[in-house]
Amino acid sequence: MSQNAEKVIDHFELFRGPEYTEMFANKKCMFEDPAPAEELERVKEWTKSWEYREKNFARGSLTINPAKACQPLGAVFAALGFEATLPFVHGSQGCTAYYRSHFSRHFKEPTAAVSSSMSEDAAVLGGQNNLIDGLANSFALYKPKMIAVSTTCMAEVIGDDLNAFIKNAKEKGVIPAELDVPFAHTPAFVGSHVTGYDNALKGIIDHFWNGKAGTTPKLERKPNGKLNFIGGFDGYTVGNMREIKRLFELMGVEYTFIGDNSDVWDTPSDGEFRMYDGGTTLEDAANAIHAMRPSRCRSFARRRRWI
Amino acid sequence: MSGNAIEEIKERNNKLISEVLEAYPEKSAKKRAKHLGSYEAEKGECGVKSNIKTIPGVMTIRGCAYAGSKGVVWGPIKDMVHISHGPVGCGQYSWASRRNYFVGTTGVDAFGTLQFTSDFQENDIVFGGDKKLSKLIDELEVLFPLSRGISIQSECPIGLIGDDIEAVSRKKSKEIGKTIVPVRCEGFRGISQSLGHHIANDAVRDWVLDKQTGKPARFESTPYDVAIIGDYNIGGDAWSSRLLLEEIGLRIIAQWPGDGTLAEMESTPHAKLNLIHCYRSMNYISRHMEEKYGIPWIEYNFFGPTKIVESLRNIASNFDDKIKEGAERVIAKYQIMSDAVIAKYRPRLEGKKVMLFVGGLRPRHVIGAYEDLGMDVVGTGYEFGHNDDYQRTTHYVKDGTLIYDDINSFEFEKFVERVKPDLVGSGIKEKYIFQKMGVPFRQMHSWDYSGPYHGYDGFAVFARDMDMAINAPVWKLTKAPY
Repeated sequence: MSQNAEKVIDHFELFRGPEYTEMFANKKCMFEDPAPAEELERVKEWTKSWEYREKNFARGSLTINPAKACQPLGAVFAALGFEATLPFVHGSQGCTAYYRSHFSRHFKEPTAAVSSSMSEDAAVLGGQNNLIDGLANSFALYKPKMIAVSTTCMAEVIGDDLNAFIKNAKEKGVIPAELDVPFAHTPAFVGSHVTGYDNALKGIIDHFWNGKAGTTPKLERKPNGKLNFIGGFDGYTVGNMREIKRLFELMGVEYTFIGDNSDVWDTPSDGEFRMYDGGTTLEDAANAIHAMRPSRCRSFARRRRWI
Repeated sequence: MSGNAIEEIKERNNKLISEVLEAYPEKSAKKRAKHLGSYEAEKGECGVKSNIKTIPGVMTIRGCAYAGSKGVVWGPIKDMVHISHGPVGCGQYSWASRRNYFVGTTGVDAFGTLQFTSDFQENDIVFGGDKKLSKLIDELEVLFPLSRGISIQSECPIGLIGDDIEAVSRKKSKEIGKTIVPVRCEGFRGISQSLGHHIANDAVRDWVLDKQTGKPARFESTPYDVAIIGDYNIGGDAWSSRLLLEEIGLRIIAQWPGDGTLAEMESTPHAKLNLIHCYRSMNYISRHMEEKYGIPWIEYNFFGPTKIVESLRNIASNFDDKIKEGAERVIAKYQIMSDAVIAKYRPRLEGKKVMLFVGGLRPRHVIGAYEDLGMDVVGTGYEFGHNDDYQRTTHYVKDGTLIYDDINSFEFEKFVERVKPDLVGSGIKEKYIFQKMGVPFRQMHSWDYSGPYHGYDGFAVFARDMDMAINAPVWKLTKAPY
């Protein structure tokens, strides 16, 4: 037996021991109906050939190991760049679980986001009740300053109208009328995660600059010479944002970061869990309208120039 | 523990639950109240409702049916290609994120760590994706000739736009002469991963097992043929389990899903006994095989020596003296090592309190392993367990254990703050929250990149890891010095 209490070995070494390697060989030949060894070898060599390469590139319908994700992931990323903002993904709850896991695995930090947990009945009847209940519950439990709503495939395919639902939620009084609830439609079958980032950020900016979905007057721009900076969907946002701030300070630039998630994904391990930390203040998000045009952004992480 | 102390704990639990419920809007508070409670030994029940629709906006830990089907049941089948059929996201976030280990040559005869998707675009939503699926299958055949079959894991849009993946499967299966399994595991179905398991099991029944009816086995049967069902081989769990069962004299003719193959799935109806570890995800197919083929099934537990011994004897009791003696021999053989593990780690872990929240089996199944190390599980709950899981839990938990069904981030944080366990065992979405609170944490889905934890070999790893987590000096540094 390879295992022993004095020097515990785990999967890294344990399964290289003779008792296991023999077991694997036996399982394979007796029960797995494996391809004959020569056939395996032949195909393996063939996968390294030019012919394989050509066939691989000729794929038109099959996608393998793509280097992209879907829109709502980008929307969550953008939403977390604002102070005390809770990303709210309207649709199936699996999506939200996946975004949170995906980001937590990357940053090794907690990632807050909630779902309206739509299921089969909502697919038939629409998700308004889910959205209204979801806003009520998430506001009560997590006390955000802003809730940024996006959508999953399901909500998009059935055509839920976020604008209407959010207005109805406020009319019902489940959330305060003044609570900032920007939204963006983020169908996963259009573009990629960077498209979702763009849509979400546009939704948030639109909300603050253009009258909060028709509930307040639009802001009037009075240029103040400041610079707006948008970091885009950047996996190194924590370090990069801080470095760029440092450079701006050195140069004496007056700036606003629109969507600064460098703190929320780097909270201290000091005995206190902070669900929210840092982020562009809602006031700054609104005042960003007065900055120089166009804004500066990291071109490869954003797709469109619209501000 | 004295009766008084238990009553105090139940009081504390009730108070804690009331406080937590106060934060909710009334409608939701009423609902959540039914999912939180303490185990009452006298009543013999956990007293919580389960397997109910998730309340919107609470930050549930639950996932969806696609995860239960592609991620859990079908994904680990190594020699089939599993297509995430729909937009790119679902396949992406579940790409090689589960540690279901396998032996094979990736891209040649094993495909688990590749992401195959039909990458649905707006066109596909509008005009349907059946044509694309058909072409996609042809492209798979060109590049992966040694795959034994294909499964089509449906994402949300498939069920909403009315695609006919069953027709495509039948047609293409005839064309390419391989098994093609359409699985209707769209994420909006059901209320958690659980219905995904059920749908996946039904697909195994309808598109794999039924097609084998009447066909002979690939091998000569023996009276000792068994199947291991519902072990996902996380970090090699199924391997350290298989070893023991082979050592007692049984022949494992099929093991799935972990390190599983289509051939093994097909062979399973030739087993004399089905051994199921994860009851929640695989009870459906086990019941079917009992009904249709007359194969009995039993649940077993390979977490920690106490449960291993009990399970080995229970399994052996279904066979002749050769196996029964084999069980005793194996138990004696490993006794020395497991005693040494306990002698080494128990003194460092005695009396430590644990709060768990895992999926559908482990919230009860691992309790024995913790108790073998002298640890106390003071709170547990399931993401997607059903009534029968909570029933089974009554045989594991102590009087007064805090029980929480479908706990959310808010509740979990409050409970841990007040109960102050020495260790929390849950998933990646919870890990960093509690570590920042200064509470040691071990992931109990992925074994925190460790494992195996099943069997005797696994118990040593489990003990080492719990000790490493709880007794790491770093925890003295997390409280701010000011």
